[in-house]
Amino acid sequence: MALLTKKDVSLISDPLADNNPITIQVLGICSALAITAELKASVVMAIAVMFVLGMGNVVISLMRNIIPSKIRIIVQLIVVAALVIVVDQVLKAFAYELSKTLSVFVGLIITNCIIMGRFEAFALANGPWRSFLDGIGNSLGYGLILVIVGFFRELLGSGTLFGFAILGDPITKTGLYATGYENNGFMIIPPAALIVVGIIIWVQRSRTPALIEDN
Amino acid sequence: MSDKRLTFKKRLHIIKHHYRGKKMAPAFNALHTFLYTPDETTHSGSHVRAADDLKRTMNTVITALIPVLLFSMFNAGYQHYAAIDAANGVARELSVFGNFLTWDNFWIGIIKVLPLVIVSYGVGLLVEFIFAVIKGHEVEEGYLVTGMLVPLIVPIDTPLWMLAVAVIFGVIIGKEVFGGTGMNILNPALTIRAFLFFAYPTWMSGDKVWVYEAVDRAGGPDAISGETILGYLAQNNASEYSYSLSDMFFGFIPGSVGETSTFLILLGGLFLIFSKIASWRIMLSAVIGALVMGLMFNGIVDQGWIGETSKFYGLMSFPFWQHLIVGGLAFGIVYMATDPVTGSQTNRGKWFYGFFIGFMSVMIRVFNPAYPEGVFLAILLMNVFAPTIDHYVIRGNVKRRLKRMKNANVLPTDSEGEKKKLQVETA
Repeated sequence: MALLTKKDVSLISDPLADNNPITIQVLGICSALAITAELKASVVMAIAVMFVLGMGNVVISLMRNIIPSKIRIIVQLIVVAALVIVVDQVLKAFAYELSKTLSVFVGLIITNCIIMGRFEAFALANGPWRSFLDGIGNSLGYGLILVIVGFFRELLGSGTLFGFAILGDPITKTGLYATGYENNGFMIIPPAALIVVGIIIWVQRSRTPALIEDN
Repeated sequence: MSDKRLTFKKRLHIIKHHYRGKKMAPAFNALHTFLYTPDETTHSGSHVRAADDLKRTMNTVITALIPVLLFSMFNAGYQHYAAIDAANGVARELSVFGNFLTWDNFWIGIIKVLPLVIVSYGVGLLVEFIFAVIKGHEVEEGYLVTGMLVPLIVPIDTPLWMLAVAVIFGVIIGKEVFGGTGMNILNPALTIRAFLFFAYPTWMSGDKVWVYEAVDRAGGPDAISGETILGYLAQNNASEYSYSLSDMFFGFIPGSVGETSTFLILLGGLFLIFSKIASWRIMLSAVIGALVMGLMFNGIVDQGWIGETSKFYGLMSFPFWQHLIVGGLAFGIVYMATDPVTGSQTNRGKWFYGFFIGFMSVMIRVFNPAYPEGVFLAILLMNVFAPTIDHYVIRGNVKRRLKRMKNANVLPTDSEGEKKKLQVETA
């Protein structure tokens, strides 16, 4: 028996494109706007969500038969809160600067709609292995968009990638800056993320017309 | 046999039929209809024809902008030489024919203002053409006015590549994503201005960018100042500028390229009102809104609630009516707020829409920490609210009519049941 059946593979690959949590389901937008000004923060956020969603899905899936449906939201919140606290403490211990950058948004993973959405829609009705794959797939789809947005915002807004100067030094005017180029301050502010996400949605839907909703 | 010779017009018609249905047809048709009326005729029925099509409307607005553009070209040079004189301590008297309408001034206008116009039109129309070809529809006329407005609302030293980037952004994100001309929520010219303001704030504000070469000369021995009146006021330095009221009104002051001359803007506004292109309701109510807000600020200063040490003192104590003749308020009210696409559509809504534009403009002007101007932000904000205003105006009309309906006896012989039925139908 293969480790991944065809159905399992689609659990991971679907959220990357045709069922992307951000561009198709339009969930998790708040964090996509808030922390994508730097690529590094985007990557860390993506990993944090992957950990929380992967583990959380497994835990909820294991408990799915004993959770009373009336209080399931509370149970889900406790699970996700516990996992988020783990992530938060790990970040504070090993990457303090980064945890400052991400500030409150690590804590706000609790309220990330993607996580509650997957708990409700998938983990409560599927086994742990499939729930785990679903969690990984969705957080990969989420992370993919975060990284794309972070890439463009950091490159155009600060001229750097992962903190390394790509386009030269804006102060001493080297590289591209010698020609008169300047960083685009608009890309630093959160509304720019909204526009970049919008453009990604636009490109994706014009490549795959089946995704366009009827009015 | 003169009728056998092909005129230029006929040749174009032949080329047009040749291109019909091809990918490049929209691009060709756009150029073609600039020169000649299309040769298509309606095949069935009769149609009402009006002379004022979209292109005519756009051309009227551009006509109203031409004097402003010409003035701004002279003013570009005048402000440059005036700033040099000021830096050298030479007294300068304005004389319109002596040192304003001169070739020296006009030449600086040609090398600085014309490139802005060319880049604005070139890049904007290129984007429009590309979208028309991709989408397979006719090129829309919407950019004709935007392309003229954009160079008039930016500082004169704006680098051309920045303008090009902003125009691409403004036309695509401000207009094309919503479906093109007539579908946009935000005024594209102001979207471009707002993009420039947030993306490159150092080039859009401060005391250098408003006068040609002030940026290049900064820090050197021949540095010149390009501070605007609002800039002085924002720093509580009202005593440092020496512009008279007539300078402000006729526009011999530094500022964005085309915003300075309230006099010519007023003439353009009257022209637009009498040609029925722009709404006088919006213009009038915006002026009222600005005056009301200005009066309130003056009142606060008179009450002594704001001391001279407050950072808002300069702008708050500025006489309320003078807000209309400095900065971009007049230009914004006449040419931007009256945009028929993004403004309110209902007559009552136009009063609200205009009033709040004037009101918010002066408020943002005073409270904006980074930049003592707020016209473009106020208009963009009200653009967003315009559909909501219209919605409530229409709801109000419906309610009033229903009430009238309820109180009136529709017909003396009507039974209660039929009256109800009629009410339901009206609702």
